[in-house]
Amino acid sequence: MDFGMIIAFIAASITSGTPILFGTLGEIVTEKVGHLNLGVEGMMAIGAFAGFMAGYTTDSFLIAILVAFAAGALAALIYGILTITFMANQNVTGLTLTIFGVGLANFCGHFARKTLEVESLKLPEKITDQMRAINIPGLSDIPVIGPLLFSYNPFVYLGIITAILLAFYFNRTKRGLNVRAIGENPAAADAAGIKVTKWKYINVCLGGGICGIGGAFTIMIINKGVWISDCVNGLGWISVALVIFASWNPKKAIFGSFIFGALRQLKYYVPSSIGIPGAIYDMLPYIITTIVLIMASVRNSKKNAQPASCGVNYFREER
Amino acid sequence: MSNIATKTGKNEPLIRTIKRAELPKNRVIMLRLAALLLALIAGAIFILCIGNNPFAVYTTMVKGAFRSKLAFQGTVKLMIPLLITSLGLTLAFRMKFWNIGAEGQIIMGAVFASYFAIFHGDMPHWLLITVMMIAGMIGGGLTGLLPAYFKAKYNTNETLFTLMLNYIALNFVVFLREGPWADPTSPGYKKFALFPAEARLDKVFGIHAGWIIAIIVLIVVFIYTKFTKQCYEIDVVGESKATASYAGMNVKRIILRTMFLSGAICGLVGMIEVSGNAGTMTEGITRGVGFTAIIVAWLANLKPMSIFVIAALFSIMEKGSSVVESTFGVSEACADVLQGIILFFVIGCEFFIRYKFAVRKKGGKA
Repeated sequence: MDFGMIIAFIAASITSGTPILFGTLGEIVTEKVGHLNLGVEGMMAIGAFAGFMAGYTTDSFLIAILVAFAAGALAALIYGILTITFMANQNVTGLTLTIFGVGLANFCGHFARKTLEVESLKLPEKITDQMRAINIPGLSDIPVIGPLLFSYNPFVYLGIITAILLAFYFNRTKRGLNVRAIGENPAAADAAGIKVTKWKYINVCLGGGICGIGGAFTIMIINKGVWISDCVNGLGWISVALVIFASWNPKKAIFGSFIFGALRQLKYYVPSSIGIPGAIYDMLPYIITTIVLIMASVRNSKKNAQPASCGVNYFREER
Repeated sequence: MSNIATKTGKNEPLIRTIKRAELPKNRVIMLRLAALLLALIAGAIFILCIGNNPFAVYTTMVKGAFRSKLAFQGTVKLMIPLLITSLGLTLAFRMKFWNIGAEGQIIMGAVFASYFAIFHGDMPHWLLITVMMIAGMIGGGLTGLLPAYFKAKYNTNETLFTLMLNYIALNFVVFLREGPWADPTSPGYKKFALFPAEARLDKVFGIHAGWIIAIIVLIVVFIYTKFTKQCYEIDVVGESKATASYAGMNVKRIILRTMFLSGAICGLVGMIEVSGNAGTMTEGITRGVGFTAIIVAWLANLKPMSIFVIAALFSIMEKGSSVVESTFGVSEACADVLQGIILFFVIGCEFFIRYKFAVRKKGGKA
């Protein structure tokens, strides 16, 4: 591998890790209030379709992103109502959301194609131009630094900014501290006067919205703005894995997503003469995640663990 | 956040949740039926929105699952893996062990069984089928045992562990298909070899014998959960590990044993699917059954006989949807959407069985 190829590999890894980064950040926000939402895949699919249609009809990249966010948040709201207010089992509700979300996106895509009477749904050129990799004259042309720092599509920067903002929110603000308290021990948080239900809803919906943006990435960048069924294609589940790998830390999620992105790209860059089958590369993120999960439990570290109340619903009168 | 002490009656929330006394059985059934009705109405609104007649769609769906002998057989074929997997998961769930790795356990069961079908297809039929069944159960069982070991020893989160194993197993199958187990006689696209006739489950009344296995598993799990000491131990561990060890139970052993059983039953599904249904190994062998079964087991309150009913309903809906697809020209995904809507309502209804809302009365106190 020559130098130019290494640069290209790193750049490709960062782009390829971005949808996972969004999914992971969304899931971290959700799990921080003690809710394990296995519906990431579904929320991403709904965000993908809503964002796609918004872009298709309005020609605006910004509106597409906002609609993807809103749709993801709405999907998460279903999960929120069922698990927060109705105290339903989180695993079952999340899985249902995945089935429902992926089904709804596929269904609507099929339906839209039929009603609009088009062979394939494709975003207008105006918007595909907007989501192409940025090109800052001067900066993007600098060798090495240009392609490494200033050559990505807007999603990549948005993802990193979101991660930094979330890290700030959880670690540097009072709200963030309160939210983390809810995830660790909702009864104690409630006793301290924190509005548990309200913040659970806000975080669950915020998390869903962030996942929705990740969904929009899959259709706009990976599939280059052409609608296909099952566009999320398992990225939501990798995101759930990355949450563990990043040990529930938004900043670590940035680097984790680059590593996972690199693992997804590796098979295109390693010469096939080495002879490692492609499936092994695809398996690696999950194996590494499992090892991280085991290591964390062996060390029994409280710091890098899932929020303590995750998976258990909070019923106020059962203290 | 600091004025905690000033809470008075006025700050009592307008609506709060309180626990109900246990409802009589007929009220519970009424509630569930009401939820189902609401779900059907919500589904009908969805169907109306896309410009179809909901009654026509619903009747086509039910009729579609039974309209011909072939359709009925198709429905049963869909039901077999769903029923057995849900039964397997029940054991783990009663222990409050969140085994969401049924997908992986089915796949590994299928891989173990396929090994004998592909490389030892020259064995006599009955011997081969028996060996494949045992291999499938061992494959699934070992896949279940792995997270159980770490759960018992280090308290490793089993939900996430089993979830990861699903994808490791899936990619392992791709690895086998593209490499060591690729059919040497197939040029171009790499795939698994078709199983020899000796490795195929026999047909009984036109459907592969998996349905007989399903009934046997149903009866065995029913008896196991209802009458055995082992299942009593599972329930105690599920309620409280501390209580279980105080009572002298070997908690670790119970966790390992139960997860091996749970995984083994799921592994058996893998064997049935490759040998009875597909006739070869594929990556898509589970068709997502491992996830759907979690929902089925949960909706059935982990009761084997209820699982039978709910698995049947799910299968009718799935089979019926494929007919709806061809009749009304809607996407196949319609089934998933309707299934999702119905599930949301039914999941939500469970709340009203155990809790109720109380509105604050005048004067502040509820």
